Amino acid sequence: MAGNNHLIDVENLVMYFPVTAGVLRRKVADVKAVDDVSFFIKKGETLGLVGESGCGKTTTGRCILQLYKATAGKVLFEGKDLCTLHGENLRRARRNMQLIFQDPYASLNPRMTAGDIVGEPMVVHGLVKSGEYKEQVAQLLRMVELEPRMAVRYPHEFSGGQRQRLGIARALSVRPSFIVCDEPVSALDVSIQAQVISLLMRLREELHLTYLFIAHDLSVVRHISDRVVVMYLGKLMEIADSDELYANPVHPYTQALLSAVPIPDPEVDRQRKRILLTGDVPSPVNPPSGCHFHPRCQRTGDECREQEPELKLVGNEHWVACHRV
Amino acid sequence: MRLIPYPPGVIVGGEVIFKGQDLLQISEEEMRHIRGNNIAMIFQEPTTSLNPVITVKVQLSESLALHRGLDKETAGQEAVKLLKLVGIPDAERRVEDYPYQFSGGMQQRIMIAMALSCNPELLIADEPTTSVDVTVQAQLLELINNLRTQFGTAVIIITHNLGLVARYVDRVNVMYAGRMVETGSTEVIYGQPKHPYTLGLMTSVPRLDLGRKRKLSVIEGLPPNLARLPTGCAFHPRCYLAIDRCSKERPELEEVGENHYSACFRSQDVKK
Amino acid sequence: MASASVATTYTVQEKKRPPFLVDLFLRLVREKPLGTVGGVVVIILFLTGVFADVLAPYGYNEIVLADRLSPPSARHILGADNLGRDLLSRIIYGARISMYVGLAGSAIDVAIATFIGLISGFFGGKTDITIQRFVDAWLCFPSLFIYLTVMAILGPGLIQVIMVLGVSSGIRSSRTVRSAVIGIKENVYLEAAKAIGAQNRRILTRHILPNVMAPIIIIFTIAMGGMILQESTLSFLGFGIPPPIPSWGGMLSGSGRTYMLQAPWMALWPGLALAIVVYGINMLGDAMRDLLDPRLRGGLGRYSGVKRKMPKQLSQA
Ligand SMILES: Nc1ncnc2c1ncn2[C@@H]1O[C@H](COP(=O)(O)OP(=O)(O)OP(=O)(O)O)[C@@H](O)[C@H]1O
Ligand SMILES: [Mg+2]
Repeated sequence: MAGNNHLIDVENLVMYFPVTAGVLRRKVADVKAVDDVSFFIKKGETLGLVGESGCGKTTTGRCILQLYKATAGKVLFEGKDLCTLHGENLRRARRNMQLIFQDPYASLNPRMTAGDIVGEPMVVHGLVKSGEYKEQVAQLLRMVELEPRMAVRYPHEFSGGQRQRLGIARALSVRPSFIVCDEPVSALDVSIQAQVISLLMRLREELHLTYLFIAHDLSVVRHISDRVVVMYLGKLMEIADSDELYANPVHPYTQALLSAVPIPDPEVDRQRKRILLTGDVPSPVNPPSGCHFHPRCQRTGDECREQEPELKLVGNEHWVACHRV
Repeated sequence: MRLIPYPPGVIVGGEVIFKGQDLLQISEEEMRHIRGNNIAMIFQEPTTSLNPVITVKVQLSESLALHRGLDKETAGQEAVKLLKLVGIPDAERRVEDYPYQFSGGMQQRIMIAMALSCNPELLIADEPTTSVDVTVQAQLLELINNLRTQFGTAVIIITHNLGLVARYVDRVNVMYAGRMVETGSTEVIYGQPKHPYTLGLMTSVPRLDLGRKRKLSVIEGLPPNLARLPTGCAFHPRCYLAIDRCSKERPELEEVGENHYSACFRSQDVKK
Repeated sequence: MASASVATTYTVQEKKRPPFLVDLFLRLVREKPLGTVGGVVVIILFLTGVFADVLAPYGYNEIVLADRLSPPSARHILGADNLGRDLLSRIIYGARISMYVGLAGSAIDVAIATFIGLISGFFGGKTDITIQRFVDAWLCFPSLFIYLTVMAILGPGLIQVIMVLGVSSGIRSSRTVRSAVIGIKENVYLEAAKAIGAQNRRILTRHILPNVMAPIIIIFTIAMGGMILQESTLSFLGFGIPPPIPSWGGMLSGSGRTYMLQAPWMALWPGLALAIVVYGINMLGDAMRDLLDPRLRGGLGRYSGVKRKMPKQLSQA
């Protein structure tokens, strides 16, 4: 793996959550949240991860950060396997990879001041002494366009957008090289979303960050990502350069997903082809055989029911898992 | 911030006029009648609007019995028909299920069926798709759209999703801090917005058809606290066109084009 | 649209919130009159207990045979008992015992409850199941049975009473702390703490403990009333604090009961003192619960106050 410019390599990642029943908590089935997923993230790029609710986006992000212990597979960070790390080694490795949460209300401890929230990671990793981080905190707050004097406030005294900025400052405080952004703007008001997106993009340039950007809003992902991964029911469907994927989606699922997003311009939107998916996403406990998407696919055939498609290269860095391409 | 688009007729203001009758003046008794028989509403969270311990059939037939005076037998059959109409597969069997046995999108369909049970002339959908995925959102809106053309029901969609408005709506009201700031047909609102807030909204959302080179414009600051609105135009502290007058006087809606009104002193300077 | 101006347009208020306990006290006085009365009763109890030596006109075991069974009079405001001891003085010294039992017992209660609750709730899984089965077993025994057995083994005495009551109800109230911890564990900020690499010890002390302070304070206040009452029960039954140390429960029993008809004041005053104090503490506990229970509290940020209201017409339906 050495020699390439990959920061993260995810290899055959599998994450099953056991479904238990009865008093004895016997395992009766598995939620196949992530099922054999492989991709990489290059240094300095933003990789978008999209898919419908429950398709395993968050789980993938958490497995990469080792917040969940993956059932199988590897996560390499600069070539080193994170899944084999434990205890103190793992704790130290967390310095390099941070997480920004979806819910700006629940992700900040209500009993800590903004300054302590932002300063805590530095204390945890021994970068500063407890209580001696005023200067650094002030600088971090300025970096996310908050005022240093706000450090004495408690989270409930901030608005949603400001809280999200605090979450970003907390993640940045230990100078990580990699950040997983899990739906960082979907809980925010539309006019605030643009502020936070612009901030994330600016910080990426200034601090040379690498993002895994998880969202269900395809427009947002398109705006911020260099490459995009499309997931469906724990499986990878398509990976491509962002412009390429949006201009030239190959997988029927990607096509349907894209066409479901209306463009906020009636003139443009009217020109677009619309594909309406029928039915709902099946349960990840009992996913369909073969290609997970086949029951809702318009181009389904026998091999789709029987055999799981492999990722195929169809263009420059453009992979698709579909029998019909 | 809300966009309130509607095809035909409701007037918002000191009076709420529905088919020539001021709804704010009539008695609660009459209102209940209108609410049941002429106006129906769909809410954001279907889970909280359906009774979790009663089967879908009973809920639907109760509503049908109440509004259409059907007996139990026919109401039950009608309930199945409604479920089919809103696209629930295997309706005969699933009508006996409880709400929690349906997915979020299905529950929203059941809400629509409930709303249709009284043959409404006006359907108000309050953020009907914020809790569902884009693919389900598309399904639901296609459904509402089809029902609209099929039954000639007027629809008000309350939403903050600009794309959805562009695709499914004829006329738009843009609201800011409790006031209407711009109103017009979807084409002119998106083509030639004449209020800085509308323009700001349009240019601050990422678009699927425009690449990552595009820079988002940002509406600075926060939506105001409704209890302490700024003086004059409520938007002026966040407005890039604000002049002295904006903080002193409140602009009224003025005609800026055919059937196109904007509440801004500088509407002529708003350029896309 | 200069981005530097962003911060200046925010409308968040500058008002600084007073520290947690000060805030709690202010809200108690402002919002809960009955709770405040309870608080005053508790303060009076403590002051009486602390200054018993100064306040009591006689010693608690000062026998004046001539005044045996004397009714309330100028010499003995509340009368005297069968040994001629001044009842007012004994009530006052009894307050000291109640204070010791209430404070120390609740402190032990809370310490044990917090320890068990935190460990059980935070680590979950096997640890939790093991601990909870033990707690279940404990809860199966009637508490009086436990007290009497242990006291019979240890023998009567203040320290013994405090230990028995504290440990026993601590195990009981660990349930409350545990469920509070499990509730807190749902919060994403704990995951955030884990994601930044915080150690378990740090997560427990900095993130969970401060957020379960509310139930802990409630447990402490409510337990105090229970402790005082149970100490009285034990002393009444003769398993508590041995004479001549004046405990309200002990005063009620024994001689209080024997002379009930000749000298009703002997039982009346300790009974009344006990009732007032326990009632006051319970009022305070209830008020604390109301003030601290997050389900009854707003303050979750900017939107908390803005409930979605339907238009008048609609909401009347
Ligand atoms: N801790 C868990 N225990 C059991 N099942 C889980 C757990 N976390 C997630 N799942 C299940 O795994 C699947 C994938 O969940 P995940 O949260 O990764 O989806 P997601 O793509 O992030 O969805 P969303 O868009 O709703 O955030 C879901 O079916 C979910 O119910
Ligand atoms: Mg998620």
